[in-house]
Amino acid sequence: MTGPTAQAPTAPGRTDSLLSIREVVKRFGARPVLRNISLEVASGEFLTILGESGSGKTTLLRLIAGFEQSDGGEIWIGGERLDSIPPHRRPVNTVFQSYALFPHLNVFDNIAYGLRSKNTAKAEIPDRVAQALTKVKMSEFAKSPPARLSGGQQQRVALARALVNRPRVLLLDEPLSALDANLRRQMQTELKALQREVGITFIFVTHDQEEAMALSDRIALLRSGFLEQIAEPREIYGQPASAYVAQFIGQTNLLRAQIRNGLAQAGPLKWRTAETSSQVTFSLRPECIRLVPTGTPPAQPADDSIARFAARVLNQTFGGAMDTLELDYGSSQTLRARIASPGTLSGQHEFAFRASDAIPVRGEDSA
Amino acid sequence: MYTRSYKSAVTIPPLLWVTAFLLIPYALLFCYSFWSVSPQQTIVHSWNLQNYIQLIRNPIYLSVLFRSIRIAAAVTLLALLLGYPLAYFLSFHAPKRKDLLYQLVIIPLWASYLVRGYAWKTILGSDGVLNGLLQYLHITHHPVEFFLYSPFAVVLTLTHIYTPFTFLPVYASLEHVPRNLVEASHDLGASPWSTFRRVILPLSLPGVLAGATFAFVLTLGDFLAPLLVGGASGIMISNIVVSLFGAAYNWPLGAAISLCMLLLVMALLFATERLERKLTLS
Repeated sequence: MTGPTAQAPTAPGRTDSLLSIREVVKRFGARPVLRNISLEVASGEFLTILGESGSGKTTLLRLIAGFEQSDGGEIWIGGERLDSIPPHRRPVNTVFQSYALFPHLNVFDNIAYGLRSKNTAKAEIPDRVAQALTKVKMSEFAKSPPARLSGGQQQRVALARALVNRPRVLLLDEPLSALDANLRRQMQTELKALQREVGITFIFVTHDQEEAMALSDRIALLRSGFLEQIAEPREIYGQPASAYVAQFIGQTNLLRAQIRNGLAQAGPLKWRTAETSSQVTFSLRPECIRLVPTGTPPAQPADDSIARFAARVLNQTFGGAMDTLELDYGSSQTLRARIASPGTLSGQHEFAFRASDAIPVRGEDSA
Repeated sequence: MYTRSYKSAVTIPPLLWVTAFLLIPYALLFCYSFWSVSPQQTIVHSWNLQNYIQLIRNPIYLSVLFRSIRIAAAVTLLALLLGYPLAYFLSFHAPKRKDLLYQLVIIPLWASYLVRGYAWKTILGSDGVLNGLLQYLHITHHPVEFFLYSPFAVVLTLTHIYTPFTFLPVYASLEHVPRNLVEASHDLGASPWSTFRRVILPLSLPGVLAGATFAFVLTLGDFLAPLLVGGASGIMISNIVVSLFGAAYNWPLGAAISLCMLLLVMALLFATERLERKLTLS
């Protein structure tokens, strides 16, 4: 791999950049965990750090919080370098994966903990805590010990406990991963609404790409310590930088094509491309493949903006609005297509995709 | 799930044991405490409260009891002051040599109680190591007498012996403090000291309570350390019980004192258990 192609939209030095991570390196013993990570986070942004377990995403979060020391690089918040500042003096707060509520304190005292640490005026504390409790809809639980609360309720208290301090950046370490699917979706919606309301910069760590897409202004995808891509959800889905990104964010077909005279060819598939190198990997999303109705006149031979091909339906999985098809198009690999309720298909059919939907990506072989 | 015969096979032996070696002796102790000794040195089996009245009337017994309680309190306090920081350091700040250091704390428990008692005798005596050192350094010119055969010597010896008993439960409770709570506290702006005071210490209180109970109860019942290093001024209540059951041949009075001690300790255990349950629940 020739290094991350971090197309940070906010250039260094831009006024709305709040958090700046510059060439940060972290090793655990001899094992590199973060390799030269640079990214800028804008004020009020919802940034998701996405990656598999072991990608270094939690380590990056812990570096920002101050629980780990980096082995190189710099972390800045609003013109202040954080690296040598201990965690309790950093203008950030964390929502922990397991909530980490203090078991010996009730909900009120848990939320007041940060205010008391910072010597907030005594008279101010009850109001601030009450506001925070209202924000997360937990007002009636102020006197409860955390052990009496459900997972979702503990989650809300953990959020309130962090937000009440009005941090410049809120760090969230897989905060929803312990919740069941329904509650999780509900909390996603609330979290996003809350972030818009308070206007605080959120840095959210998750391994769930759907969650990342639903919540984020931008997604930073980490892979074994490298920043693979940082972009808005639509861009990272539509224009994945690498085969890895294309496969990690949603599902895709990877086509290894030979390029000759502005034409890409992968087995029997041919389409127009602007790529010039001789061999390029393309990502083709399953939903970009459509079924050509029988009786459609054959394509113009000169029209290479659309690739039309015949394929045999190997497998059809009913999925409600969209069915997933596995297609044998006369190559060693099969294509996955997602098509709106086509009825039951079998045997040979004609399919097509637009040349512009085949996105050239940095392939694994060039890595 | 388990058959009846299996259940009785595992419950009957311990029940027999407890009956033969605890319940019957306690019942005998209870009876003796209401009997008396005749001038001819025989036990008179007539029920009376004479022993208990003597316990309250004779100032010797109460003053020795209070001294024992003072010594036990001092040992408890010192054992906590030594054991807690040690346990804290081991649990939070010595990750690499943790096992080794832990073993070093435990090893003294392997040495015989008597050996440790005699060791202090050797150190504290007027020809002892400590006095030799002090005179060698010209800090004192004559042996310091009060090191040995004093309540001080008893407290010192018992602190040495019972500190591991305090250390162990404190260490266990500190090991159970979730580390992410410590991080959460720092994250919320609390300094390391404030984190200790507001999170670590409250969460380790059950261990402190257990350790303090160990040190206090074991010290209160100790008679070997006063015998070895206590001298006349370091006598504790158990020494009186020992002599009453031995040379003095006054089993009834000895039984009465034992029973009072037993009730005292049971009340203490009951109180600490309730307190501990309250601490763990909240």
